[in-house]
Amino acid sequence: MANPLISIRDLKVHFKRRRQLVQAVDGVSLDIHPGETVGLVGESGCGKTTLGRAILRLSEITSGSVFYRGQDLAHLSHSEMQKHRRHLQMIFQDPYASLDPRMTVAQILSEPLDTFSLYKSGERDGRIRELMETVGLSTRFVRRYPHEFSGGQQQRIGIARALAANPDFIVADEPISALDVSIQAQIMNLMERLRRERNLTYLFVSHDLRAIRHVSDRVAVMYLGKLVEVADAKAVYDNPLMPYTKALMSAVPVPNPRVEATRRRLVLEGDVPSPINPPNGCRFHTRCPWAVAECRQTVPELREIQPHHWAACIRISPEQPYIEQASSGSQ
Amino acid sequence: MSLLSVRNLRTHFDTDGGIVKAVDDVSFDLEPGKTLGIVGESGSGKSVTNLSIMRLIPSPPGRIVSGQVIFGEKDLLKLPTEEIRKVRGKRIGMIFQDPMSSLNPFMRISRQLMEVTELHMGHSSKQAREHAVNMLQLVGIPDAAARMDSYPHEFSGGMRQRVMIAMALSCRPELLIADEPTTALDVTIQAQILELIKKIKAEIQTSVILITHDLGVVAGMADTIIVMYAGKVFERASAMDLFDRPANPYTKGLLMSVPDPLRESTARGELYQIPGLPPDPANLPAGCPFAPRCDKAADICRREFPPMVQVAPSHESLCHFAKEVYGESAHLHS
Repeated sequence: MANPLISIRDLKVHFKRRRQLVQAVDGVSLDIHPGETVGLVGESGCGKTTLGRAILRLSEITSGSVFYRGQDLAHLSHSEMQKHRRHLQMIFQDPYASLDPRMTVAQILSEPLDTFSLYKSGERDGRIRELMETVGLSTRFVRRYPHEFSGGQQQRIGIARALAANPDFIVADEPISALDVSIQAQIMNLMERLRRERNLTYLFVSHDLRAIRHVSDRVAVMYLGKLVEVADAKAVYDNPLMPYTKALMSAVPVPNPRVEATRRRLVLEGDVPSPINPPNGCRFHTRCPWAVAECRQTVPELREIQPHHWAACIRISPEQPYIEQASSGSQ
Repeated sequence: MSLLSVRNLRTHFDTDGGIVKAVDDVSFDLEPGKTLGIVGESGSGKSVTNLSIMRLIPSPPGRIVSGQVIFGEKDLLKLPTEEIRKVRGKRIGMIFQDPMSSLNPFMRISRQLMEVTELHMGHSSKQAREHAVNMLQLVGIPDAAARMDSYPHEFSGGMRQRVMIAMALSCRPELLIADEPTTALDVTIQAQILELIKKIKAEIQTSVILITHDLGVVAGMADTIIVMYAGKVFERASAMDLFDRPANPYTKGLLMSVPDPLRESTARGELYQIPGLPPDPANLPAGCPFAPRCDKAADICRREFPPMVQVAPSHESLCHFAKEVYGESAHLHS
């Protein structure tokens, strides 16, 4: 396999909130290869947004590394980081909040061109028009303000802004969550077309498991600051190994009444614990139907249980990948 | 006989941009013990329909222009305010998307629950407290007796939604209206809440109206479904028929645009996308409001408002070409 474009190693993002330590991201390692889409899923508070932001140095990194083209971004100074920014961009969840309401589309799209000194003044208008056409916005709207657009169109502006400086890696943080169903498909299709045409690499962060399945080559599942399973999208959905992933997958409502009528759900008890004082050992043990005494003490490592299929659970192994068949230890 | 019968309901809002016909000639029936799903995108009128049934439309700017909401023997739209208050909370329970905005943040959960049965069932405070504990246990609040004196902010989002459900069901209502009850919740918590609604529905024999934008959620919950667009009912069918054989281009487009995680064929390919944007409700186009986005649209669609066409028993679609679309849908899943 080609060298990864982004290589995250033992990344930690800890911060203080109300004098308590929040371990939002706690020892994450992940490779993202050129041209692929990695889907990052998890429930609210699991740290997925913080992880996405930390990769771009938009959240302060406590320790660990983020290698991009051989450079460790985590240790760059602010000005050195600025040189890489044009290649590393972000699409936000709430398109309206992420656009300056006092700027026209033309101004919003020229800002990154100014910042990175791209395109001479004579080429500017052409570039802005090209960007608008690329994301499916009529160039007639170039002098309009964000509030004059619908949510889906605002997200198109956000995507155009991310593309303006020709990046090669984009973190898309819940890019379709604020949009209506019929508009979600439009934005997913647009992002997929752009990925193919411009050889983009995405980290697609979302709690929407159906969208993640659709857009991702590989999927990483996050729980309370740690990755608990990483594999090809198909494997994560059809053959989840880690108990939390199993519960997550069985909880996805499927748009098919026949399937829903006969489906057996693994419904978890209780709520996600707080990332302040997360449980010891495996962080999922408080809700895991298969937890044994040792799960309360041992922190499970992410291990390759099946080829290219990594999971963090001490009760499974390459020899015995299925927890249902694991011998029940002391409860 | 139907438990609830909504006939030709029209609710309009006066806005700066003109009159918005948020709900425009909506009719449906709900049988006892059944779940009706109302599906639609934002602005389709699904929540306004619910608020109209409960007579909770803020006026001005809103007003119920015409129609009937027959519940039991009576038309709720004709009841005096005093009478409708007795129906709300007692015979019809409600759950909303955001439990925090429906609970009083300054009042203990116990007090909020007890108020309901003191008011509607004449409970003494001792009876009300006992009943509140039972209800909280029913919805799966662990250690209910000890935790009921907490304030709402001390509970998680999922727990608060359980409290809302306990409150809505306190008087064993004949009808439960749940408006996007799981939209604000995480998927594992959503699964818990949906299982809970199903379980309690069976236990206390209530009927349910479930309002949602999520086709997956209605697929698992509803017996019958109505699909709304631009204030109109576009399609009405049993859940099975609607998903198997949609007879309306909008429904069909919605179904095709949602990725199905169990179908390999939909992954990574181009998703079907409904082009364009939902219409401005204050400036609906002439003819069919979906025509500008519809790949089946012909001249007649841009000229004449479509008829409600019956394509099969208990299956109707608002479309000039309903029978044709229904015919084509036979092959949708093959």
